[in-house]
Amino acid sequence: MTAGTAGTTGTYAPRPGAAPLPRMIGAQAALETKMLLRNGEQLLLTVVIPTLLLVLFSSVDIVDTGAGEAVDFLTPGVLALAVMSTAFTGQAIATGFERRYGVLKRLASSPLPRWGLMAAKTLAVLVTEVLQIVLLTVIAFALGWSPHGNPFAVLLLLVLGTAAFSGLGLLMAGTLKAEATLGAANLVFLLLLVGGGVIVPLDKFPAGAQDVLGLLPISALSDGLRDVLQHGAGMPWGNLGILGVWAVVGLAAAGKFFRWE
Amino acid sequence: MRSEPVVQVQALVKRYGTKTAVDGLDLVAKAGVTAVLGPNGAGKTTTVETCEGYRKPDSGTVRVLGLDPVRQSRQLNPRIGVMLQSGGVYSGARADEMLRHVAQLHAHPLDVDALIERLGLGSCGRTTYRRLSGGQQQRLALAMAVVGRPELVFLDEPTAGLDPQARHATWDLVRDLRADGVSVILTTHHMDEAEQLADDVAIIDAGRVVAQGSPEQLCRGGAENTLRFSGRPGLDVGSLLKALPADCTAAELTPGSYRVGGKVDPQLLATVTSWCAQHGVMPEKISVERHTLEDVFLELTGKELRS
Repeated sequence: MTAGTAGTTGTYAPRPGAAPLPRMIGAQAALETKMLLRNGEQLLLTVVIPTLLLVLFSSVDIVDTGAGEAVDFLTPGVLALAVMSTAFTGQAIATGFERRYGVLKRLASSPLPRWGLMAAKTLAVLVTEVLQIVLLTVIAFALGWSPHGNPFAVLLLLVLGTAAFSGLGLLMAGTLKAEATLGAANLVFLLLLVGGGVIVPLDKFPAGAQDVLGLLPISALSDGLRDVLQHGAGMPWGNLGILGVWAVVGLAAAGKFFRWE
Repeated sequence: MRSEPVVQVQALVKRYGTKTAVDGLDLVAKAGVTAVLGPNGAGKTTTVETCEGYRKPDSGTVRVLGLDPVRQSRQLNPRIGVMLQSGGVYSGARADEMLRHVAQLHAHPLDVDALIERLGLGSCGRTTYRRLSGGQQQRLALAMAVVGRPELVFLDEPTAGLDPQARHATWDLVRDLRADGVSVILTTHHMDEAEQLADDVAIIDAGRVVAQGSPEQLCRGGAENTLRFSGRPGLDVGSLLKALPADCTAAELTPGSYRVGGKVDPQLLATVTSWCAQHGVMPEKISVERHTLEDVFLELTGKELRS
């Protein structure tokens, strides 16, 4: 530590001003992405678990995935899981702790507007998803995956799924305590992994349960992706509709109930 | 320096549930360093956080640099620097990384490396925030408050928990900010901090400003001072009292040890020594005790500052 300099040097003379908005949002998104990729638990959720599930269940015949190659059934489900792990679980846990440790509060008094912070968070989620999808796609191809269908429908499903899971994740992070969010987000991840048609086909569940489970965002996303990628269907409007409703309800509720500190 | 107030708070009321944290508070802070002094729970943080735009007043008005902190935050935020009482940093971020990030949100930030050097944050290296010492976390928060070259800086208990060396480094930075024309509002419950740094001190208790002025004005105006001397035991205190101005007190505390209370000025000192001369007393160990802000505070509120 150096001693204070006597007299005026002008070093600290006020020269206030906000950086240009794109630079602020870009910097914020880069930092958020870096924090996410540096966090071991987050990587476990977003990279390790989806990759392991894909490799394990494609090569070992444990779950009856119906007719056709296991990898063709599993890849769409694991892609849906990857979206959920980042947009919902990871975002909920990270944002919950940012709220708890005053990060959101401190940023709220910075030149970055709140909507800019949310835009940066969305960008960070999208960047992470792109990395996940590239990784999982490469592995799936190595395992013999042969996808079909309309890439635009896939993109639309992924975007709407991201919006739905982001809304729910932010709702949780903005209303519960950080520890509660940590526990609940992991629990929901696990439950939806099992009951959301990711690796276990929904038709293994009793008929009544299937109807309910089919309305979950994870089921709509994995089922929609499977319709297109495995069966070459056109626009899966039903699943897109379910995701759209979750997205609108989740984001509206998050917008209304989110507490910044 | 600008002459209009940097902060204007009028009749601010802020309640949390049934608890009234701020109860009709008026505060005008001019350019320079203003210390908001008071015990824990007095409403210091609530007042400052209302100025920072974090809390919406239940009633009353708040203007910071002439702007409404809630409705005009887009214009105001780039012009202020904020140091929260704790936290504010990603637990997985390194000190330099976070500081560079905040710098990137501003148009003309300070030289980050020089600031890191200045505040001794270079030794943090690759350590992430959650593993930094309390003092390092405090200094990082201070650096984040000034890096954007603001006009006005809010520091909420900037030296709480710092060792003396770090405390003085913080004081030096505040003095340099002031010298370069940055205004500072700081909360503290250390009166020496207020006395050392502040042009103006506002004493807050139970959600109101109970006194405001320069440290000298507060010490002179609020509390009476004390003059002590020693002499032979058993002097006629009643006769001394008659010689003194009406509002003074005089007492023999222990045999041969005397105390005179009142407005201690050169005239009073002369009165006491001339009374001693008339009575053939050689006063020894004459001392004048100036009252501190702590005494002023005790007198105003009947409470210890560090409660």
